[in-house]
Amino acid sequence: MSVLIFIDTAEDGHVKKASLEAISYGAKIAEQLDTVAEGVVLGKVTGDLPSLGKYGVKKIHHVNNDALDHFDAQVDTKVIAQVAQQTGAKVIVFSNNVDGKAIAPRLSARLKAGLVSGAVALPDTSNGFTVKKNVFSGKAFANITVNTDIKIIALNPNAYQVVAGEGTAEVVTANVATEPGRVKVTHVTKSSGEVPLTEAEIVVSAGRGLKGPENWGMVEELAKTLHAATACSRPVADAHWRPHNEHVGQTGIAIAPNLYIAIGISGAIQHLAGVNRSKVIVVINKDPEAPFFKAADYGIVGDAFEIIPKFTAAVKQLKG
Amino acid sequence: MKILVCISKTPDTTAKIAFTDNNTKFDTNGVQWIINPYDEWYALVRAIELKEKDAATTIHLITVGSADAEPIIRKALALGGDEAIRVNAESHDSFYVASQIAEVAKQGGYDLVFTGKETIDYNGSSIGGMIAELLDIPYISLATKFELAGTLATITREIEGGEETCEVTLPVVVSSQKGMAEQRIPNMRGIMAARTKPLKVVEPAAADALTSVAGFGLPPAKAGVKLVPADNVEELVRLLHEEAKAI
Ligand SMILES: Cc1cc2nc3c(=O)[nH]c(=O)nc-3n(C[C@H](O)[C@H](O)[C@H](O)COP(=O)(O)OP(=O)(O)OC[C@H]3O[C@@H](n4cnc5c(N)ncnc54)[C@H](O)[C@@H]3O)c2cc1C
Ligand SMILES: Nc1ncnc2c1ncn2[C@@H]1O[C@H](COP(=O)(O)O)[C@@H](O)[C@H]1O
Repeated sequence: MSVLIFIDTAEDGHVKKASLEAISYGAKIAEQLDTVAEGVVLGKVTGDLPSLGKYGVKKIHHVNNDALDHFDAQVDTKVIAQVAQQTGAKVIVFSNNVDGKAIAPRLSARLKAGLVSGAVALPDTSNGFTVKKNVFSGKAFANITVNTDIKIIALNPNAYQVVAGEGTAEVVTANVATEPGRVKVTHVTKSSGEVPLTEAEIVVSAGRGLKGPENWGMVEELAKTLHAATACSRPVADAHWRPHNEHVGQTGIAIAPNLYIAIGISGAIQHLAGVNRSKVIVVINKDPEAPFFKAADYGIVGDAFEIIPKFTAAVKQLKG
Repeated sequence: MKILVCISKTPDTTAKIAFTDNNTKFDTNGVQWIINPYDEWYALVRAIELKEKDAATTIHLITVGSADAEPIIRKALALGGDEAIRVNAESHDSFYVASQIAEVAKQGGYDLVFTGKETIDYNGSSIGGMIAELLDIPYISLATKFELAGTLATITREIEGGEETCEVTLPVVVSSQKGMAEQRIPNMRGIMAARTKPLKVVEPAAADALTSVAGFGLPPAKAGVKLVPADNVEELVRLLHEEAKAI
């Protein structure tokens, strides 16, 4: 028996931050169930796998061959299923990130193992196996009971704190069969140098209150100063003021950073649906009646064009 | 070319979220039901565009739900599609729903199965992947672009901080999101035509539910906003640093 954690890597082979959260979470479940946490990683990896032991994983099964360097959920699922069987995994943990959303459901169907996707807390194992997840786009949660012998959990990014301690993981080469994939990756584009929105701890977001694309320089400057990612409301992306992959909300990307700074955004319910899991929300809006203030922790009623440069200056001063 | 589009019924995005029966059931009182936006705007419209390019394309819509899902599936038919199938079953377990869709997909020999990125009520993002596994065919999730040349699909999907484009030979299951297509409004001709399009009701295949809902809850209300005067932005930064420990 074990808890098996899928360690997700990016295209360049580096271990994603979301995987560190999944490892910390899986290690805690292993402790809860009095068993060990093991990991599985596919394809080429840059960086040091044994050092992931400090997040609580004892043994890492590395499956490395050319077929696994590009993402193909069908191929990856078959490989992970074999490792799960070899390790006698009872709980399998994924991050509910883009790759997790593709593999975890496939694995669930393959192993007939119940899946809770979008988990936000540790399972309650006192009576059965029940996991809390977000529903209604973050407006509510549900407790889902998994009724199968093997359980699969896809943990929401930023929902569980990375816990680093001591330890080194043993890395072994897993002995599994890999089939050639049917998906051929032809092109990858990454917005280079910036913080990916879904992995960012801090997000600076702006809406129609900014008036036009020419005014985003100061938003980017504030984001850079805070080492934050940038985001926007839907009308801003629709008007092509900002790229579509920055659009957050019901129909865009859902994020849950530690800090979300919303500038010149009214706070429509569809916008909130994508950001209301953020830990701290700051709203800057010239209209004191803007609905966003009801969802905010901190706020300033005032003109964005005056406040943003002062905000950047104050952060620079703080950071010395 | 045969396309199956998965259509689910969800509460309107502005619906009030409340629960009844000791927090075990969603309170449907006064709730307006809509087609799940990802299914309508992206999956269905992209399928319709493919048919507009190639008239030999057939589009079937499928929903797993009780009779009260029929107004929703008719609304979808008003946008486009040749016929609809309703699997007469109500379930909140993704695997059960996916098993029903996979069964219909197997029988119908579809080249392409489109789903939405997720349902806006359950937020599972799971059913597409499960269908693909049950059919043992490729799955491309969170697609933002879909092009077809013969049986070769070129699909762009979201990855962390970017996009990835891949090629795959049909059949394939694709989950759709923004970028795939532009929202359309049904016209009068579509609405009239939808009334007479076939809507087949089939009984569910035997399948297991792997999970069950133990209960629902609402997140704790926010304590209220702490306002800082506009001429004292330094104070906001101080609070974020010292009190919220967020920067
Ligand atoms: C089904 C559906 C799905 C949707 N999905 C999304 C989604 O995913 N994401 C999303 O964002 N929206 C979504 N929307 C749209 C949403 O309802 C709102 O229309 C949108 O969020 C408004 O964007 P905004 O706040 O930027 O613009 P506005 O509502 O126009 O608000 C601009 C705000 O800026 C303030 N402002 C103006 N000038 C200044 C200034 N100088 N300084 C400071 N503040 C200023 C104003 O007081 C106002 O509050 C969806 C709508 C529907 C119907
Ligand atoms: N009851 C259902 N009937 C038909 N399709 C569904 C149903 N539920 C979900 N789907 C499809 O599966 C997608 C993902 O749903 P989910 O995994 O629940 O987030 C949706 O966008 C729909 O396309």
